[in-house]
Amino acid sequence: MWTHILLKDKYCSVSSSLVFQMLHLTKGCVGCLLSRRAVLALTNSGARMSSHDHHEVSNNLDMSQPMYSDRLDTPLPDRPWKDVLDSTDKSLKQNEKGPWTALSKEEKITLYRLKFNHTYPEMKRPSHEWKTVIGGMFILFGITGLLSLNLLFFFSCVYPPQPHTFGEEWQAKQIQRMLDMRINPIEGFSAQWDYKNKQWK
Amino acid sequence: MFRPVVRLSTSGVRSLTRTRQCYSAPLASRCYSHAKVETDEEFDARWVTYFSKPDIDAWELKKGMNTLIGYDLVPEPKILDSALRACRRLNDLASAIRILEAVKDKSGPHKDIYPYLIQELQPTLIELGISTPEDLGMDIL
Repeated sequence: MWTHILLKDKYCSVSSSLVFQMLHLTKGCVGCLLSRRAVLALTNSGARMSSHDHHEVSNNLDMSQPMYSDRLDTPLPDRPWKDVLDSTDKSLKQNEKGPWTALSKEEKITLYRLKFNHTYPEMKRPSHEWKTVIGGMFILFGITGLLSLNLLFFFSCVYPPQPHTFGEEWQAKQIQRMLDMRINPIEGFSAQWDYKNKQWK
Repeated sequence: MFRPVVRLSTSGVRSLTRTRQCYSAPLASRCYSHAKVETDEEFDARWVTYFSKPDIDAWELKKGMNTLIGYDLVPEPKILDSALRACRRLNDLASAIRILEAVKDKSGPHKDIYPYLIQELQPTLIELGISTPEDLGMDIL
């Protein structure tokens, strides 16, 4: 269904043929809006992905080794954030073995950042993901609405022709017949008809 | 121990399976589990002993802390004191600061627990030279 959104010129063409037709038929603003929104969604997700620090971004992520994770319920992960230390970090680590009162605030912060990626407030920071979700939701609602209402009102090709019994003339004759038969004369249909004055009560 | 009250009640659910045995029992007795419930003091003592191990290694510290944070409670100051001293033995300042952050997060909406803990731990923090996350400006984004 809506699995892939490919950018094609100014419009978004989706793998579903229905939408393709719909886009061509409605044209103009809808198509542009979709493409802009899709670009936004894609770039949003791209930004989200890049903001996750991939410590070993390459294909050699060894899942059999202890891995680092920023989790609120796991304060001390299996592995420190930075494994490979340069000389300044190494000397700082040496100082860490001495009294911590001798360390400056910056050194303490550096030591923390060597071992951990995000602090707890950084882990709990709010993200903008909800906007993407709600936006995507509304887009889908809109597409569905456009599809269903378009086809319903303008193209009527979804429904077969109405039975002949729905016509105005037939309905009138039907109602007259029902009144003549005195359908539900006490509480229902014929009870609403004033037979003396030949009108509805 | 800052536990929720619910945990203190013993398991009355098991009475369903034990109804037969208690059929002739006097009305006053209940069919609760006969397991001994650990008191708060025993719990605290157990954890203080765990972190007080002189040759504790980094893995044991990690395991202990992660397990402790997994419980539905905020650890007592004496347990945290023991854990911070374990960090000192392991020459790990970063983990000490992380522990303080973790217990602040554990207190959740109860904003008065963390200041109390820091107040109780102040002598230890000064002695070992551990700065709180607030001192280092790491409690804000």
